[in-house]
Amino acid sequence: MKRKTSTKVKEGAIETLLLLSALSSVFITLSIVFILFYEALGFFKDVSLWEFLTGKQWTPLFAQPKFGILPLVTGTLLVTGIAVLVALPIGIIVAVYLSEYAPFKIKEVAKPVLELLAAVPTVVYGYFALLFLTPILQRFIPNLSGFNALSPGIIMGIMIIPYVSSVSEDAMKAVPMHIREGSYAMGATKFQTAFKVVIPSAFSGIAAAFIIGISRAIGETMVVAIAAGMMPNLTLNPIESIQTLTAYIVGVSLGDVPHGTLEYKTIFAAGITLFLMTLSLNILGFWFRRRIREVY
Amino acid sequence: MLTEEQGVIDIRKRIAFNKLRDHIFWIIGLFSTLIGFILLFTLMIDLFIDGSPRLNWQFLTSYPSRFPEKAGILSAWVGTTLVIVVTAATAIPLGIAAGIYLEEYSKKNWLTHLIEINMNNLAGVPSIIYGLLALGLFVYFLKFGESILTGGLTLGLLILPMVVIATRESIRAIPNSIREASYALGATKWQTVKDHILPYSIGGILTGVIIGLSRAIGETAPIITVGALTFIAFLPASPLSSSFPFISFRWLLDPFTVMPIQMFNWVSRPQAGFHLNAAAAGIVLLFMTLLMNGFAIYLRYRFRKRIKW
Amino acid sequence: MATTFQENMKAEVKNLNFYYNDFRALKNINLPIAKNKITALIGPSGCGKTTYLRCFNRMHDLYPNNRYEGEIILYPDGLNIIGSKVDPIEVRMRISMVFQKPNPFPKTVFENVAYGLRVRGETKMDFLKERVERALKQAALWDEVKDRINDLAYNLSGGQQQRLCIARALATGPEILLFDEPTSALDPTATSKIEELIMQLKKEITIIIVTHNMQQAARVSDYTAFMYLGEIIEFDKTDKVFTHPSQELTEDYITGRFG
Repeated sequence: MKRKTSTKVKEGAIETLLLLSALSSVFITLSIVFILFYEALGFFKDVSLWEFLTGKQWTPLFAQPKFGILPLVTGTLLVTGIAVLVALPIGIIVAVYLSEYAPFKIKEVAKPVLELLAAVPTVVYGYFALLFLTPILQRFIPNLSGFNALSPGIIMGIMIIPYVSSVSEDAMKAVPMHIREGSYAMGATKFQTAFKVVIPSAFSGIAAAFIIGISRAIGETMVVAIAAGMMPNLTLNPIESIQTLTAYIVGVSLGDVPHGTLEYKTIFAAGITLFLMTLSLNILGFWFRRRIREVY
Repeated sequence: MLTEEQGVIDIRKRIAFNKLRDHIFWIIGLFSTLIGFILLFTLMIDLFIDGSPRLNWQFLTSYPSRFPEKAGILSAWVGTTLVIVVTAATAIPLGIAAGIYLEEYSKKNWLTHLIEINMNNLAGVPSIIYGLLALGLFVYFLKFGESILTGGLTLGLLILPMVVIATRESIRAIPNSIREASYALGATKWQTVKDHILPYSIGGILTGVIIGLSRAIGETAPIITVGALTFIAFLPASPLSSSFPFISFRWLLDPFTVMPIQMFNWVSRPQAGFHLNAAAAGIVLLFMTLLMNGFAIYLRYRFRKRIKW
Repeated sequence: MATTFQENMKAEVKNLNFYYNDFRALKNINLPIAKNKITALIGPSGCGKTTYLRCFNRMHDLYPNNRYEGEIILYPDGLNIIGSKVDPIEVRMRISMVFQKPNPFPKTVFENVAYGLRVRGETKMDFLKERVERALKQAALWDEVKDRINDLAYNLSGGQQQRLCIARALATGPEILLFDEPTSALDPTATSKIEELIMQLKKEITIIIVTHNMQQAARVSDYTAFMYLGEIIEFDKTDKVFTHPSQELTEDYITGRFG
């Protein structure tokens, strides 16, 4: 009994189709890199790299345009910084609580709720930041501008708690029980064991969680587009209105942007900056996650 | 006092201090975990208070308007539905095929490694970058324009990593003994995939797809970037036509808007009336998202009960 | 090892070596497989008996870094089933396997048994029904499942599931049936039912069985091979191997001095 050659051809064709589907990921990455670099290159023909990197004003649409990316970068970093200040400590505390303390029933409820937190559309968070949180904050901080970095920063922080806590928790779970037992056997409490033994052992994983959180915050668009403002502003003061890289791209896209104009290219310049920032963070995070596996 | 007695007293003091710190942390931990819950709860109540008065049949069946009381989300939810159809048609076959390849066909070589690195990296790329990709590739290079087709393809690529990961995890759950039983009977690789691997993993895959689509429904940034308009007072062409072959694809190239963009547009206006509309739209969005996620979790539970490995 | 082999051979193993990466798991195996008889393979854990069995249906081809050397000749046509130009799928259509832990598909009883036939392109329901019934009768399971034939196979007991797997393997009419420790996961009642079944089956089909249970080999088989560290230490009629083994190592294993 010989298998028909047609079956072999069919099997080969199917495998090729499936391979092409898998290669789509490579294709997508290459397309992203190509488009960003292509348009950015077009941008840098007209704008000097020096001015881009060191200029303190971003006003590409003015009669006398200025192309310093710093205000957008600081805007992004300011909001991200606030978000991380919120998400990192809380995320780690939640992770410690869930992995070392919480009874099963609380875990059963907490985990789905955290998942849902990550599932809410970001426009809704933006609405909440602008129309609920900012007015409340304004009662305590009288100078707080209607658009500011603080309110979206806090909301974003809470939004990314699930990312930080779940990666940290996985890292802590990977610490073997016998290391904990060594600590308990010396009379240490849960708190001491968690913070002096488990967390240091899980350091790589927690660093990876930290990096994921930062990367997510840097790439966030709608919360800041709605609540942080649409005016670039070189400042580190959270009560002022700022604009992030992501919000700039959205702002320009809302208007009419003919293909090939300098204005069109500015969004790719902002885009490539954003891409390189998140890419380096992702690489760093990947490196840390590989270190977890090596340690055990 | 003897030093031993003093020693024991000191130990007890230390233990009491440690235990106190432990208890305090327990409370802090519980509270921190609840912060997310509190936020979600407050958010839902706030939306509900502001938005539910506006939530009525008129709201669901009207176009946007200059007057807040007359405005509605008809074009938005129709747009969302059509875009999601394209998204699903893109991400599902591509994602499942890629997942099957990576789990059943690939060997551990550099090509597989490259594919996997790319897949994992893409999951961490900000969604607005996908918007820029789509702008250059779909809108201008392929000339699909600022259309439903472009929007759907963009979101399809965005959620592709999620579908692939869900597919891979579901396939990995199938024990090897089942594969060996199939091959031992003389089945080819594709026969084994088609008759066993796919049917047994479809539950997990479906769950991942639903979660991915729910994410796509809420995505705003990439859709704005590809040029969805924010004030659309018409519907795209109907998919049904009155003459043969009764199905039309013209709607794919029509301009459009989606629910989150409508909400964004209203939130950005200064008039309070539009803010109420935004809240109502937010309720609809949130409801759809939570419903889908809840359904996915239910599906996951049901499929796990049916096939016990 | 027996120098003269009187029986009709169904298969013959000639100088079989098997490598996993650089590790030589099977060393120079030469063994005849008697037609319509039961050949048993015994030996301590890790001696290579399962590795040897899986050469017969090319299971090793599913995983990377495996290499066959030598020949396994199938009679009457003289095909070397481990030849590099021979399609593993063709081999598996002539030689079936029953695994250690019952592994029915999460499908109905009927679909489980019919799958091998479907793979060969059979779609006519009448034909399938007839062959499924015949296979289930051969596996002594028909009476127990004939009213439940469209029930999920997972609802059967462990012993029934294993007999289902045997029916599944029989449905396609294989020339050799391989058993890889078929009763090690079953209780004594189920075990004896299956042993009875295997002895019945040899009238129609050649059987090779790997077992770590020496008494089972002694009860069931006609010929026994004792393996140790990848080599055949002794091969002869079962009676002789268990009552007058010619190798000291065999005797040590059989009397329980190691293993």
